[in-house]
Amino acid sequence: MTALAGRAPAADGGIASLLVRSSSDRRRTWFDRFYRGLAGVAAVLCVVPLIAIVVFVAIKGAGGLNLDLLTKPTRALGLGGGAAAAILGSLQMVPLAALIGTPVGVLAGLYTVEFGGRRSANVIRFAADVLVGIPSILVGIFAFTLFVLPFHQFNAVAGSLALAIIIIPVVMRTTEESLRLVPTSLREASLALGVPVWRTALSVVLRTGLSGVLGGVMLAFARAAGETAPLIFTALGNQLINVGNLGRPMDALPLFIFVNARQPYAAQNSQAWGAALLLLLFVLVVNVLVRGRSLRHRAR
Amino acid sequence: MAVDTAPMPPADQPAAPTPPGDPDAWGTRPTQTPVAIRVPPRADNAGRRDDAPRDEPSAPSRGRLDIEGLDASYGSFRALRDIDLGIRPRAVTAIIGPSGCGKSTFLRTLNRMHELVPGATVKGSIRLDDVDIYGPEVDPVRLRRVIGMVFQRPNPFPTMSIYDNVAAGLLLTGRRPRAALDEVVEHSLRRAALWDEVKDKLHQNGTSLSGGQQQRLCIARALAVGPEVVLMDEPASALDPVATLRIEELIAELKETYTIVIVTHNMQQAARVSDRTAFFTMGDDRAGYVVEVDDTSRIFTNPRERLTEDYVSGRFG
Amino acid sequence: MLAARGLPTELVFRVLTAGAAIAIVALLIGIAVRLAAASAPTWQQFGPGFLTGTSWDVVNGVYGALPFIVGTIASSLLALLVAVPIGVFSAIFLAELAPGWLAIPLTFLVELLAAIPSVVVGLWGVFVLSPFLRDTVEAWFVDHLGFIPIFAGPAFGIGLFSAAVVLAIMILPTIVSIAREVIIAVPHSQREAMLALGATRAETIGRAVLPLARSGIIGAVILGLGRALGETMAVTMVIGNKDAVPTRLFDQAQTIASKIATTFNEAQVGIQVDSLIALGLTLLGITLGLNVIARLLVRRTAGQAAGLVTG
Repeated sequence: MTALAGRAPAADGGIASLLVRSSSDRRRTWFDRFYRGLAGVAAVLCVVPLIAIVVFVAIKGAGGLNLDLLTKPTRALGLGGGAAAAILGSLQMVPLAALIGTPVGVLAGLYTVEFGGRRSANVIRFAADVLVGIPSILVGIFAFTLFVLPFHQFNAVAGSLALAIIIIPVVMRTTEESLRLVPTSLREASLALGVPVWRTALSVVLRTGLSGVLGGVMLAFARAAGETAPLIFTALGNQLINVGNLGRPMDALPLFIFVNARQPYAAQNSQAWGAALLLLLFVLVVNVLVRGRSLRHRAR
Repeated sequence: MAVDTAPMPPADQPAAPTPPGDPDAWGTRPTQTPVAIRVPPRADNAGRRDDAPRDEPSAPSRGRLDIEGLDASYGSFRALRDIDLGIRPRAVTAIIGPSGCGKSTFLRTLNRMHELVPGATVKGSIRLDDVDIYGPEVDPVRLRRVIGMVFQRPNPFPTMSIYDNVAAGLLLTGRRPRAALDEVVEHSLRRAALWDEVKDKLHQNGTSLSGGQQQRLCIARALAVGPEVVLMDEPASALDPVATLRIEELIAELKETYTIVIVTHNMQQAARVSDRTAFFTMGDDRAGYVVEVDDTSRIFTNPRERLTEDYVSGRFG
Repeated sequence: MLAARGLPTELVFRVLTAGAAIAIVALLIGIAVRLAAASAPTWQQFGPGFLTGTSWDVVNGVYGALPFIVGTIASSLLALLVAVPIGVFSAIFLAELAPGWLAIPLTFLVELLAAIPSVVVGLWGVFVLSPFLRDTVEAWFVDHLGFIPIFAGPAFGIGLFSAAVVLAIMILPTIVSIAREVIIAVPHSQREAMLALGATRAETIGRAVLPLARSGIIGAVILGLGRALGETMAVTMVIGNKDAVPTRLFDQAQTIASKIATTFNEAQVGIQVDSLIALGLTLLGITLGLNVIARLLVRRTAGQAAGLVTG
């Protein structure tokens, strides 16, 4: 019989063993500390890129951020100019995309929560998840074939539609998640009072989950504001300021950054940094506002 | 198959404990009647709350727990107040009391699992055979091999087989030769009264067993690392009555070898299974404290404290 | 009775919501179908040889996707090599080891990284990261391991390696957040059981937690891979845009997405555009397949964990 079976003597159990650190104990302690340290280092490494990007965009962007950037239209070849065309373009296309995409997304989310049987809800949710994962450049190609090619004309509407396609599944999922948090008892109480389903859905369920739904919409908006690829073959970008003519190409901040980053002129690059600072500020502010709120919720 | 169950007594032990009966005869053991209390009445002891095992010099002293002045807190909330308690070795001590009075917290201070909760603190002293388990030289990881625990809901590792479950604790300290592992696994399963039921399916998944079997598997797992003390936190409360009975019978066997502390909200179970009982309750400050500790027979037939009597006779409010 | 008056609104509501839901499914199918149809001429002309052809020659009308497929897969797999260990260990730290006051803000910061637009990451990648990598990591490799062909120089910063690092940065939040959720979902009773046997935290995580989280973590990794494969702007800006199969770690290369992004607008309508769309369809096929597998895996883990709690 070995020393392991049954009541083990002091070597593997018992009081005296409490005070003796065997070599296997030391090894395990060392490994434990090492493992935990590694995990901590990894977590820090995750945050480093965020900080590095924000810091550099802030520093280099500040250098490129001036009144010219905000007000002058694009001039290539290092001749100065600014991002006014891009800023105005984004200010038109992104809200339009949100206007188109948000209702569809919210309504679809309402459907799965209110009417969806398990099968159909799963299918729709699955489709939305997959849509979210589709590379945005492919959405751009899709929009190109539908809204540009037939007209032989790059235009801003196609750009907005492409962005809307990106917005829809995102908003649908966030809406669904927010509405699912609304207690069923609320819905049932309203229905029991004779309120029709549609009004229950809108006035009770949606109103209760509204902050979550709005948060999702804002995050989708910020995401659309930062998307470049879908716009490359739809809105194309434009050096001229285009306000209101949605049937023609239009510039956008991300496009502006992309084009100016690849120019060999320092002045253009500097404008790219300035525009990047604007875009990053916008995106980060929206994200901190929306996610920060749930942060405090999580903390309790 | 012959199994050598007699442990090797260290030189300073007065007497070796009697080996538990032949495990192969498990099926023929007479079952205990649930109602009758078997423990003979003790001579009256004048101590107010507790008597230390020191008044029984002939009993083996290994596996004795002495708790003095124990406070346990979760952050600023004090869950236990000034607990003084002696846990006798080779005996079953039951902890009873209403919900929320800190029984489980108390149990977890004994194997230093309480401090794993962020912000949890402990004051006072807990000694295992005169070693302060909260002393700086004691490694909590090591301690938990000496003081094991069985939980309320059976929690076998679902990705492991029955065999691997039992061996899980042993494998923590490194690889062992297969033959040695086989022996320990079989021995532990026998001690947990599970061997006969699983010996042909040791490599099946641990969760394929019934609830009662899973709990006995968890007991075998805890026994495999060779502890002195086994803590049980309502081990049968998630089980059906038949499975519960088997667990109780098992406890009666195990106490010959291990010190057992069992938390239970089932008073009849405490009466059936334990030698000594400690009655906890919650004070006005929501901290738990020990009202009375005594032999089980005394607690249930002639308790000293009014609160105890109210509780065991079912009066509350 | 009551229903009669509200019926039209109710009906409109149901129709609208159902329509929106159908629209999502229709979009998904529509995109796939549209891309397939628009690229049909290319498939008809080249067949599966399109995927193995190594030269993309507009002048001579020869279109082969292999350089871009290799570039895409190579950059994404390399990104995984970097992002998975860091991501999984970070998830372990955030889910198991970090105290609340640290875990919550850190998790928040990691998720914030995902919100940075790709083009901004690309800008930073071109002007900050690539030169840095060139002068540090790449130089080290070339100097010390350059005798191995795959690590041979010259290293310009811009290239496959930088693209992989940029991709790793972009997929880290995906891997970390899903892995973290999956780890948190492991029932506490499992940890307690292992700890009560006298295990250290590391042993508890390795032996009790991770085995249960395993399929979910694999799902997280695959989702990260899917994201890397489809990532466009940042990669386009740092990968070098060379239409050739990369043979060295520091070669310039081209991914499917970057090829499309850089050449689509100048492409002539006809076989050239069709071939670019065929490239897109290829990418769609790969990412769709991966996405489906990953979602199934993540759902299986959640189901497992739920089963444990009740069973």
